[in-house]
Amino acid sequence: MKFMNTIEKDSSRLNRKSSISGCFCIRFFRKTISGLRLDALALGALMASGFAGTSALADIRIGATVSETGPAAFLGDPEARTLRLLVEKINAAGGVNGEQLKLFLYDDGGDPNKARTFATRLVEDDEVQAIIGGTTTGTSMSIIPIAEEAEIPFISLAGAIEIIDPVKEWVFKTPHTDRMACEKIFADMKKQGYTKIGLISGTDGFGASMRKQCLDVVGGYGIEVVGDESYGPQDADMTPQLTNLKGKPGIQAILNPGFGQGPSIVTRNYAQLGIRLPLYQSHGVASDGFIALAGKDAAEGVRLPGTALLVAGLLPDGDPQKPVVTAYIEDYKGSHGTAPTTFGGYAHDALRIYVDAVKRAGSAEPAAVRDAIEATSGLVGTTGVVTYSPKDHLGLDLSAFRLLEIRNGSWALAE
Amino acid sequence: MPELMQFLLSGVTVGAVYALVALGFTIIYNASDVVNFAQGEFVMLGGMVTVFAHHAGLPLPLAALIAILSTAGIGVALNKLAIEPARGAPVVSLIIITIGASIFIRGVTQLVFDKQLHRFPAFSGDEPIRVLGATILPQSLWVIAGAVAVFVGLWLFFTRTLIGRAVLATSNNRLAARLVGINTGWVMTLSFALSAGIGALAGVLVTPITLVSYDVGIALALKGFAAAMLGGMGNPKGALVGGILLGLLEALTAGYVSSQYKDAAAFVVILAVLFAMPQGLFGKKSTDRV
Amino acid sequence: MRLSEKQWTLLILAALIALSPFFFPSSYYYRVGSLIFVNGLAVTGIVILTGYAGQISLGHAGFAGIGAYACALAPAHLGLHPALALVLGAAISGVLAFLVGRPILRLKGYYLAVASLGLGILVAMALANESWITGGPDGIKVADLGLRAVLKSQGLDLSNTEFWYAFTGLALLIGAWLALNLHDSPTGRALRALHGSEIAARTVGIDVARAKLAAFVISAVYASVSGSLLALQNRFITPDVAGYMHSIEMVTMAVLGGAGSVLGAIFGAGILTMLPQVLTVFAEYEQLMLGLVMMLVMIFMRQGLLPSVLRLIRGRGE
Repeated sequence: MKFMNTIEKDSSRLNRKSSISGCFCIRFFRKTISGLRLDALALGALMASGFAGTSALADIRIGATVSETGPAAFLGDPEARTLRLLVEKINAAGGVNGEQLKLFLYDDGGDPNKARTFATRLVEDDEVQAIIGGTTTGTSMSIIPIAEEAEIPFISLAGAIEIIDPVKEWVFKTPHTDRMACEKIFADMKKQGYTKIGLISGTDGFGASMRKQCLDVVGGYGIEVVGDESYGPQDADMTPQLTNLKGKPGIQAILNPGFGQGPSIVTRNYAQLGIRLPLYQSHGVASDGFIALAGKDAAEGVRLPGTALLVAGLLPDGDPQKPVVTAYIEDYKGSHGTAPTTFGGYAHDALRIYVDAVKRAGSAEPAAVRDAIEATSGLVGTTGVVTYSPKDHLGLDLSAFRLLEIRNGSWALAE
Repeated sequence: MPELMQFLLSGVTVGAVYALVALGFTIIYNASDVVNFAQGEFVMLGGMVTVFAHHAGLPLPLAALIAILSTAGIGVALNKLAIEPARGAPVVSLIIITIGASIFIRGVTQLVFDKQLHRFPAFSGDEPIRVLGATILPQSLWVIAGAVAVFVGLWLFFTRTLIGRAVLATSNNRLAARLVGINTGWVMTLSFALSAGIGALAGVLVTPITLVSYDVGIALALKGFAAAMLGGMGNPKGALVGGILLGLLEALTAGYVSSQYKDAAAFVVILAVLFAMPQGLFGKKSTDRV
Repeated sequence: MRLSEKQWTLLILAALIALSPFFFPSSYYYRVGSLIFVNGLAVTGIVILTGYAGQISLGHAGFAGIGAYACALAPAHLGLHPALALVLGAAISGVLAFLVGRPILRLKGYYLAVASLGLGILVAMALANESWITGGPDGIKVADLGLRAVLKSQGLDLSNTEFWYAFTGLALLIGAWLALNLHDSPTGRALRALHGSEIAARTVGIDVARAKLAAFVISAVYASVSGSLLALQNRFITPDVAGYMHSIEMVTMAVLGGAGSVLGAIFGAGILTMLPQVLTVFAEYEQLMLGLVMMLVMIFMRQGLLPSVLRLIRGRGE
């Protein structure tokens, strides 16, 4: 329904735009002799017709640039769906402070250069009052300077600790950091008495960044990394790497930081090679899809740090996150038919944090909202209970990270 | 020793995937001198259509057949709607058309299906087969058998059948081919149908191993292209050997040197081979016409 | 007075760069403009290699990567001024192109394409994997060029986007001017001769290998400078800049616009840079539309957009 509106609204623009490839330009060229004037006009007309898209006057203007397509689409697609869904839902319920939300959402394809351009567009052209997004660390880091210069709040959906450390006045983020995922896993390994482990990480941004963080903190847990392998994000077989890890003397467990199809293939290869060591995955694969892709038998016993979202049904009734994640899952299932992933949850939390801050600030004025975001306290999200402070723009601690294990083909709490 | 064996088995598995993709390039190239950069999308379509047909309740073999036939149909459409109208355009323009086609097919696929990863069950189960202390999945044998079968089929096609020779003649000299009574338009249609069908078959065979989503085509096409060039573009033997070699190189580098630089090692070898043999391992020597 | 093609090209470019801002409703358009200029610069290098000399490269993003990371790493580790880092990047790219150019350029057509593709991928892989110095796939911050502050102290206060629009526009003008000069130089004539037929060129005494190498090195320097400018403008860079998708994008821009002429290729850069911005209104139909536009242009305008359009005007005029 919403989509039909867009089509109608844009149909006139669409017609004009087809001139790029076709007849309009040619007729235009024929009439005019001066190449100079014509080019300037054509360019101007093209830009004006194509870009000016900010017709409807909305009260609260939220910008978003996420990786709906490209290598990080696995993360960005549920984020985009979540933002659209929640904005629609909030507006249907009367908006925020009596004002409607207007979402400007662009797909940066995971390209940091595009993300920066779209961020510029959000600030300069769409005149948004806050930006949510940056699915990957690279895109988030590209958006930060734009948000800082424009002095509007930016809530990132990416993992790296660099985004909020050192603390930047206008920048916040919703996911746990990679470092926290490492710490959660290593704490469990230590408890199990493992001291020698192997790493096999994806060479994509997610895997490489988490590998770096894990190597940084592993020493503090008395654990030694005896094998350090990697694979390309689109590789078809990881048995050579796993064979090498398996052969390391004294190795007790293996950790696989990565997302996308890589971890599924690693898990399948693990079973193929008959490796009996405990396998830890990262929060990058925390979705029901992972169990299906890796296969129920191969995935049995895999442990990973996940959020409450994955185990909503298993949470005790008193758990503060239970109503929040249950409501989100119902909404998402209602409109998309499938359960949301952890990454959609990041977008859910970001929007809730923003809306909560606007309510408390009493307006969408960026500086006031920024202060209100920083004063966020005890806000229950899907990822955890968020409490920001001037020194902490992450707002989460390890408590919200739950160690999950795959048992009988579904998620279970390991602790 | 079991390690080496495992590296070799892994290399052959991955190599057979590359070889299947590379084999798809050869027919269109032979018929038209165009490297079809949308070949990877045919592989992707083979996997995606099978997944969704299978989910809709069709038995796997029927779903696979539908995938192969519909992809062949898309190949024909690509030829009729985009390649044929551009006849006579420079080769580089044709390349851009196929790149455009690949973006277009990806765009349509994500709309019609979705952007998630998918898989369907392996044909003969997931119980690994043990060979000298190493293991290989039954599905890998399917992929290897598929690559060899397609290779033999193409080899027979190009050397033993009239149509196959007509394809080669068309590539050599379109005008001369027409003069001796070859319907070159029909030859082009046929080669696109065959290439797309082979691509889709590759997709059907490899999906249980590699998984499939709307955007797996680019990486597969890139590796398949490199494999085909390593072996010598246009030669089915080159595609098969190039693919297997590339897979083995990656697996051995990952096993013995560094898994981070396995792709780098593959490309270094490709560069070295091309410097020594500018036409690839089995490529024909071409002469410049003045 | 009749203007030569070179003068026309420069005049049109200069006028476009100078006059377009009058149509800009917001300063976001300066950002898009400067991206067009940065891409235009890289594509001008492709014109020299592909348009003049007829050689295909699918690896020029590798040189853009070298230029970009020179600007990220040299100021941080060697204490070089970012402007000198740009020069250093260009020099490294030129030397690398010189070293690998001779063996690579012996290859023809698709074999050259795959070899250059491999070269680009090797650079991209090194940038992504050597994270101890490059920051890995997550990217790295780039130093400030500092020129904007200097201009400000001279009384010329430009916003960030305005400054980069002007600066990259100027760079593109200079790049186009150099490329056009090359077109009419002995080397340029040699390149165009070998484009037609290498054997014919050789028989009239042209050192084909040397001429091709010159084109390869020059185009590598163009790509490198373009990468540097992108890095300096964004103040942040990831290995994507060296990825093969970026290489293919460069060639597509050049061919789509018309690789035979500098203006055509820059026109192509403009179209393909703006297209994703325009197509966002189609939301999930964006990719589909992009592919469709690429196919339609190449089917109906084989020589590229600009030459086809120009021929049409001339054809009607006569």
